[in-house]
Amino acid sequence: MGGWAIAVHGGAGVDPNLPTHRQEEAKKLLTRCLNIGISALRSNLPAIDVVELVVKELETDPPFNSGCGSALTAKGTVEMEASIMDGPKRRCGAVFGVTTVKNPISLARFVMEKSPHSYLAFSGAEEFARQQGVETVENDYFITGMLGMLKLAKEVNSILFDYRVPIESCSARAAATDSPLQMNGLPISIYAPETVGCVAVDSQGRCAAATSTGGLMNKMTCRIGCTPTIGAGTYACDLCGVSCTGEGEAIIRGTLAREVAAVMEYKGLNLQQAVDFVINERLDQGFAGLIAVSKNGEVACRFNTKGTFRGRWLGACATGDQCMLGGIWNQALWWESRRA
Amino acid sequence: MGWAIALHGGAGDIPRSLPPERRIPREAALRHCLDIGVVALKANKHPLDVVELVVRELENIPNYNAGRGSVLTTAGTVEMEACIMDGKTKKCGAVSGLTTVVNPISLARLVMEKTSHIYLAFDGAEAFAREQGVETVDPSHFITQENIERLNQAKEANRVQIDYTQPIQKEVKAETHIADGDSQIGTVGCVAVDNHGNLATATSTGGLVNKMVGRIGDTPIIGSGTYANRLCAVSATGKGEEIIRGTVARDVAALMEFKGLSLKEAAAYVVEESTPKGNVGLVAVSATGEVTMAFNTTGMFRACATEDGYTEIGIWPSPQT
Repeated sequence: MGGWAIAVHGGAGVDPNLPTHRQEEAKKLLTRCLNIGISALRSNLPAIDVVELVVKELETDPPFNSGCGSALTAKGTVEMEASIMDGPKRRCGAVFGVTTVKNPISLARFVMEKSPHSYLAFSGAEEFARQQGVETVENDYFITGMLGMLKLAKEVNSILFDYRVPIESCSARAAATDSPLQMNGLPISIYAPETVGCVAVDSQGRCAAATSTGGLMNKMTCRIGCTPTIGAGTYACDLCGVSCTGEGEAIIRGTLAREVAAVMEYKGLNLQQAVDFVINERLDQGFAGLIAVSKNGEVACRFNTKGTFRGRWLGACATGDQCMLGGIWNQALWWESRRA
Repeated sequence: MGWAIALHGGAGDIPRSLPPERRIPREAALRHCLDIGVVALKANKHPLDVVELVVRELENIPNYNAGRGSVLTTAGTVEMEACIMDGKTKKCGAVSGLTTVVNPISLARLVMEKTSHIYLAFDGAEAFAREQGVETVDPSHFITQENIERLNQAKEANRVQIDYTQPIQKEVKAETHIADGDSQIGTVGCVAVDNHGNLATATSTGGLVNKMVGRIGDTPIIGSGTYANRLCAVSATGKGEEIIRGTVARDVAALMEFKGLSLKEAAAYVVEESTPKGNVGLVAVSATGEVTMAFNTTGMFRACATEDGYTEIGIWPSPQT
């Protein structure tokens, strides 16, 4: 009991045709970010600083759908969302409609600490960013070869999660369009974008959570998902810290992140039980994964696999006791043990 | 079992000395909206239709902080938010940053029913409104003299406040950067259940006086200002930032579900134990036709009625409590 713990996720993608080199790239990045978080926790940085640090790193690197590398709206622009929550006192900050801020998660933190509000959006958020002097760039900094995917998404007239096979691979493209995954009789794909997130508990038992995303590919502009929604995509309190990814609307309806904490608080479940309960019982239809830590230094990662598709979820976690790096990939666990 | 309905016009530091010319029209409005809701329930309208209808009415009344009569941002503009949720299906719709839509709650309903999303905001929401052909007007329609004065007062006192202004007092709580300590009212909402146990909730607001442009409150956040599931429907009002931190609406339902509390107990717990005093109020109904209106502020404009004939319209705590 006690001790620090950390988990990160890089979203859920369901394309079984994802090329190996992309899988490896994603795994490597996630591992690197996890290590950054581990070092920070070891040097006694508070959990709230750790989660911000790790998510900043994930935002800065293109492979995931946040910050640089965000999915595109129907207009080919980027609109990012992020939220952060500090367990003790449940302070929170959230932003959406961010178009020029290099690290949305840091802006969310500023909202939490430097503004009288919890939640700022669009021009208000951008204006606040300038007042605070956070780093801003041109909107096209964030767009990294996603235009091809956007075009494809429009062609199949669906909103896609963005873990798509690059269009260079024609046969894969054909497979992708034929695959039942995209359409399912629905105008929108129910599959998850590669939202990124991090939860951590430091050696003093303080929990924190942070989540960041570009949202769904080809989304209506100004559509807001679960990521900036406190209680849905992100939540932290005295007991735990939770970050979710997956089908945003399902996560909102299920108030997923808060749910984990609520069953711990009101039903006395432990972290793993709470996470299992929420994933098994609280996601009516919808694909989601979540990571969570408890004040006791436990960590849990789960995602659901409802439906006929093969779920794939990318996450990794470590605890102070064991220092294990682990992940879930294609429903199989991979673990590497490491000495401290 | 039986139908029940409750509505609120905001919780806050409503002074007992509220002059009659301000109190009476608001009470009359509550009565009027309650009657509309009751008539609709008696005519077997689905609770979703009932709550939308009632909130539309409240939005149209300039005395309340929603639609026409919304409080102003620091830029002197109006940015409205609304949210609606159906208990049985947990389908929901939310909008923020509206400037021209006459009835934000109806746009929220359209988001719920006509898109695959839950939440649209600002330009995107406005564009969607036009696509759907909902009624839009010039932004000046929503701005009232009373609110211009409130904004000026707030700027003079250099604070962000929920809309129920008291005359400016000395700042009493200055230890945090969050402007606090003054009147807290804001938001309108309605919850309803029919005698089949169908539940719905709707909330609508202009937000906080002198809020930063782009500030989002609790109203459109599912689980904070608005929530409904198979057990109950909840609409909250007060200081948005506290309601978000406390995931107020969801917590009422969670306490019922996970701790087995009754509707009244759950609501009381949330306003008395889990949120700071002077910040929060809510109305809620349960699937079995119970109703509760709880608040930890000086007062809350509220009204409710149940099928078995109980009716309450009030502002301050009733004598029994």
